[in-house]
Amino acid sequence: MDLILEGIKEALRLLLTLDREVLGITALSLALSGFATLLSMLIGVSIGVVLALNTFPGKRVLISLVNTGMGLPPVVVGLFVSILLWRNGPLGSLHLLYTPMAIVIAQAVIATPIIAGLSLAALQQLPHDLRLQILTLGATRSQMVWLLIKEARLPLLAAIMAGFGGVISEVGASIMVGGNIKGSTRVLTTATVMETSKGNFDIAIALSVVLLALAFGVNAALTHIQQRRRPR
Amino acid sequence: MKILGPRLLEARDLEVRRGEILALELPELDLHSGEILGLIGPNGAGKSTLLLCLAGLLNPSRGKLGFEGRSLGTERERAAYRRRVTLVFQEPLLLDTTVAENIGIGLRLRGVDSAERKRRIAENAQRFGVENLLARPARELSGGEAQRTSLARACALEPQILLLDEPFSSLDPPTRETLLQDLGRVLRDTRCTAVFATHDLMEALHLADTLAVLRGGRVVQRGPVGEVVNHPVDEFVATFVGMETLLVGRVENCLQGTFTLAVGHREIVGTGAVEPGQELTVGVRPENVTLSLHPDTETSARNSFSGRVTRITSRGPFFKVELDCGFFLSAYVTARSREELALDEGREVFASFKATAVHLIRK
Repeated sequence: MDLILEGIKEALRLLLTLDREVLGITALSLALSGFATLLSMLIGVSIGVVLALNTFPGKRVLISLVNTGMGLPPVVVGLFVSILLWRNGPLGSLHLLYTPMAIVIAQAVIATPIIAGLSLAALQQLPHDLRLQILTLGATRSQMVWLLIKEARLPLLAAIMAGFGGVISEVGASIMVGGNIKGSTRVLTTATVMETSKGNFDIAIALSVVLLALAFGVNAALTHIQQRRRPR
Repeated sequence: MKILGPRLLEARDLEVRRGEILALELPELDLHSGEILGLIGPNGAGKSTLLLCLAGLLNPSRGKLGFEGRSLGTERERAAYRRRVTLVFQEPLLLDTTVAENIGIGLRLRGVDSAERKRRIAENAQRFGVENLLARPARELSGGEAQRTSLARACALEPQILLLDEPFSSLDPPTRETLLQDLGRVLRDTRCTAVFATHDLMEALHLADTLAVLRGGRVVQRGPVGEVVNHPVDEFVATFVGMETLLVGRVENCLQGTFTLAVGHREIVGTGAVEPGQELTVGVRPENVTLSLHPDTETSARNSFSGRVTRITSRGPFFKVELDCGFFLSAYVTARSREELALDEGREVFASFKATAVHLIRK
């Protein structure tokens, strides 16, 4: 019990004194997961728009694939991205394995289906005739798509936050493709795993508190968005 | 009768198929500048499909649409046309922003400058009585306010043709009534050409100059309001325009424009050019039938029959009374008349109507 109490005390001290290592790991986590989320947003929202606004053969299969992808286990993603980036792998010549970029790629693979699936749902929730209404007000097709995205901005924001929440908290893929290299690929989750295994509970708890605070912030924002009223 | 301008829109041989189902088949439909055309018909008659076609939002499987004498063949032409007309849907479908932004959205999409946009937003908000709500988020509006905003948004575009798809059907009766008056006034003031779909005849009568009655994707009758209402082409139209009593009989004799029609063992006097011996269907509107406790000898009504009340149903401010006079006859009475006549099922009364209230149904 003392161990935990001491750990919490030390964690608070590390956080309050803005410990360099904890801050560095937090900043790197935010940067990598933020960049991965940005990439996933561009790809995922585009996929959502294409699936929501068009009818074509095989659309249902694609939607099923996206929905399945929303539950991709990070270790599986880690495995496949590792194989891809392995020295003798298809993208081995890029020398990306065990670099921050490898983590960004793996996290983007995890977040893209989440954002695509939730974007699709967000756009499908808009009234069906809204598209026609916007067109009959004189919009071109690209103006219509932009207005629909703006109209679904809150659930789309929720989709992006869900994507971010998914990658900031995953550990399997980051450790496999990043290797938890100090100062380079060590992020909140991989550092927590390592510090725990070394028995450094104070640092592990400090890192967990930061992770929890991020998770809480994302969820609070999601809840706020979900409780809003729709226009008539 | 309003004088209409030149032909603005023409539809020829339009056909819309949804899978195997023929949703719309329209050999010919013209719309003249300044005309307000009411589309009436039951649900599923093709009113919305026709409006989507006229709005350039639905490409017909066959046929063509022409605007100001030019055919709308290419997608480019249709896109340009879409900026000259607009459609108001049954639901207001506002965007999640303020009322002012909603009213100005179409102008913004067209790149209209800010000063002109402000002027048109203010003008149309005033017309539809939402000038005090301009800063309010659309999501906080009531149903009536939202539909007012939607109408203001459409009128702000100053469209050459305003298309309306049952814009009042989801509103409560008092709101519907005031909004109908306001829209009627705006259409008159702006001399806007409009096509208005409804399944409520009263709305159509209030706004329209001409009517088109749709059934199963086809126009069964098209003409000035008075003609459609008083001379329906068949029983379907007759029922739809409120002619609840339809009688089939044989013409007994004709004299100076009046005729006697044998319906069962009763004789009905009507006016119109018919031939003796001809089989005819005639209609009588319930509001033209008067009920009394004694035979009507004072008025000019040529038709007076005794009958028994078979059913009374409430129609809001008045009652619909169904009678068995040897043939079916329906009449409208006010609540006060019902009380004075002590009308109840089984009661014997006299029903009368003028010869001019007997409408020939062309078949």
